[in-house]
Amino acid sequence: MKLLLAHALCLSVAATCLFPLVWMLSSSLKTQSTIFSDMRLWVPNPQWGNYYWAWTKGHFGQYFFNSLVYAIVVVLGVILTSSLAAYAFSRLRFPGKNILFIVLISTMMIPIPGSFIALYVLLVKLHLANTRLGYILPQINGGLALGIFLMKTFFDKLPQDLEDAARIDGCNIFQVYWHVAMPLAKPAIAVLVVFNALAVWNEYLLAMLVLSDRSLMPLQRGLMVFQGSHLTQYPLLMAGIAISIVPIMTLYFLMQRYIVAGITAGALKM
Amino acid sequence: MTWNRFRNLATTYLFILPALLFFVVFSIVPFLKVFQLSVFEWDGISTHMRFVGMQNFTQALFHDSSWWVSMKNAGFITLLALTAQNGLALLLALIVDREIKGKNFYRVVFYLPPVLSGIVVGLVWNWIFDGSHGLLNQLMSHLGLVCWTRAWLADPTTAIWAVALIHMWKGFGWGFVILLVGLQTIPRELGEAARVDGAGEWAIFSRITVPLMLPVFFLVSILTILGTMQIFDIIISTTNGGPGIHTEVPITRILAAMVRSLRFGYACALGVLFGLILLAVSILQMQLSKWSSRFS
Repeated sequence: MKLLLAHALCLSVAATCLFPLVWMLSSSLKTQSTIFSDMRLWVPNPQWGNYYWAWTKGHFGQYFFNSLVYAIVVVLGVILTSSLAAYAFSRLRFPGKNILFIVLISTMMIPIPGSFIALYVLLVKLHLANTRLGYILPQINGGLALGIFLMKTFFDKLPQDLEDAARIDGCNIFQVYWHVAMPLAKPAIAVLVVFNALAVWNEYLLAMLVLSDRSLMPLQRGLMVFQGSHLTQYPLLMAGIAISIVPIMTLYFLMQRYIVAGITAGALKM
Repeated sequence: MTWNRFRNLATTYLFILPALLFFVVFSIVPFLKVFQLSVFEWDGISTHMRFVGMQNFTQALFHDSSWWVSMKNAGFITLLALTAQNGLALLLALIVDREIKGKNFYRVVFYLPPVLSGIVVGLVWNWIFDGSHGLLNQLMSHLGLVCWTRAWLADPTTAIWAVALIHMWKGFGWGFVILLVGLQTIPRELGEAARVDGAGEWAIFSRITVPLMLPVFFLVSILTILGTMQIFDIIISTTNGGPGIHTEVPITRILAAMVRSLRFGYACALGVLFGLILLAVSILQMQLSKWSSRFS
C-alpha cells in the first residue's frame, strides 16, 4: 500500500514535469485557429509548416546558428583556459600559487548582482558592445571558476608516473599537458562541456544587455523578441521554443551521467 | 636565478596567464567599477559623472519603496522555495532512494525542468496561465469552475503565486538530485542495524538521516536562497514585474534603474546593497552549518 502510494506520487510528479513540454509540442503543430479551441494533446492534422515558418520568417534559423556558435566557442574557451590554469595549479610550483588559487576560485564564486552594469560599461568602452566577442568573452570568464576547480581536482588524482615517463622521453611541460594529462582528463572535460553548453544555451541577461542586432542574437533573446512582436502567434512561438530545446535535450539525454557528477562537484565547491 | 629556472617559471606563468587575464578584465575590473559607480550620478552615456557620495545608498535604503517591495517579493518566493519546493524534493529523494525500480527514470525526468532556460519555462507557462486562452482556465470552464478562472499572471492576488509555482516547478529537480546524492552516501547498514534494534521509520529518519544530512540541507538551502533571490528570467518572460509592482524582484529593479531610468550609479548602489544582503545571508548560513555539524 505504502509502495503504491510512493509510486503514485513519483509518477504524478513526473507527469507534471513532462506535461508542459508535451503541451508545448502539441500546440506547435496546431493552426492559429485551432490552437485556442482544440484541447487535445494528439494533433490529428499536424502543421509541420509551422516549423518552417518559425525557422525562416521567425528568424529562428538565424538565432539557432548564433546560439550554436556561442556555445561551441565558449565551451572550447573555457576548457582550454581552465585546463591550462588547473594544470599549473596542480602540477607546477611557483610563488604565490596557493593564494592565487584561493583568490581566483572564491572571487569568481561570490555573486555580485550589479556587476552586469559595470560589465556593460566596460564592454562599451572596449567597443565590444553588440559584437559576438563581447558576448563570448564574459561567458568564458563565467565558466572558469568551476572549470579550474574541476580540472585541478581531476589532475590532482592522476598518477604522476605517466607524466614523469613522458618528461624522461623528452616532452616539455606543454607537450605533457597536451598529450598525456588532457586525454586522461576526458571525464572532467565532459562535465565541463555539458555544464557550459547548458549555461550558454540558456543565458539571457547578458544577451539582452549586450546584443541589439537581430543577426547576433541567440535563441533565448530571439524568443523574447518574437513574443514581443507576434504576441498572439502561439503556434509559431511554440515551434520556436521546440527548436530551441532540441539540442539541449539531446545533449542532456546523451550525457546525463556527467550532469549528476557535475552537480555534485559544483555543490562540493561551495 | 639560472636561465633554466627562469624559463621554467616563465612557462608556468604562461599556463595561468589566460585565466588571469580573463579574471582581471571581466571579474576584478567590473567588481571594483560597481563600487566606484555607486557613489556617482551618471546616465551611462555622458562624459560627466557627478559625485554624490552616499546619496544613492540613502535613497535606496529610505526612499525607494518599490525596491523594498521587490525584496519582499523575492523573499516570498524564496520562502516558498525553501519550504514547499525543497520539502517536495526531499520527500521524492527519500522515496526514490529506497525504491530501486525506476530510480534512473525519475532522476532523468525530475531534472528535465532545471535543464530548460527560464525564458522557455516562462513562455510555456504563460500559455498555460493565459487569461483568455490559457489551458488552466479552459480546464476549469470544462469542470464548471468558471467563477475561478482569471488571468493568473495579471491578477494582483495570484500573480506572485503563479510566478512562484513556475519557479518551483523549474527548481525542485535540482534539489532532488543533490539530496539524493547525499542520501546515497549514508551507509545502508546504519538503517538496517537500527531496524533490527526495533527502531521505527520515523526514529530512523529523525535520529539517523536528518543528523547525517544536515550539511546537505544547509547547502541546498543556501543555494536555494542565492538562486531564488536573484530570480529574473522567469519574471521577465511572464509578468515583467507586473501587474503594477506585484512581481518586481531585485534584479528587475536594478535593470529598470539602469536601462529605463538611465541611472547607472543608482543601479550600482542597488547592486552593492543586494550583494551585501546576500553575503550576510551566506555567512549566517555557513555559521549555522558549522554550529550544526557538532550534532552529526
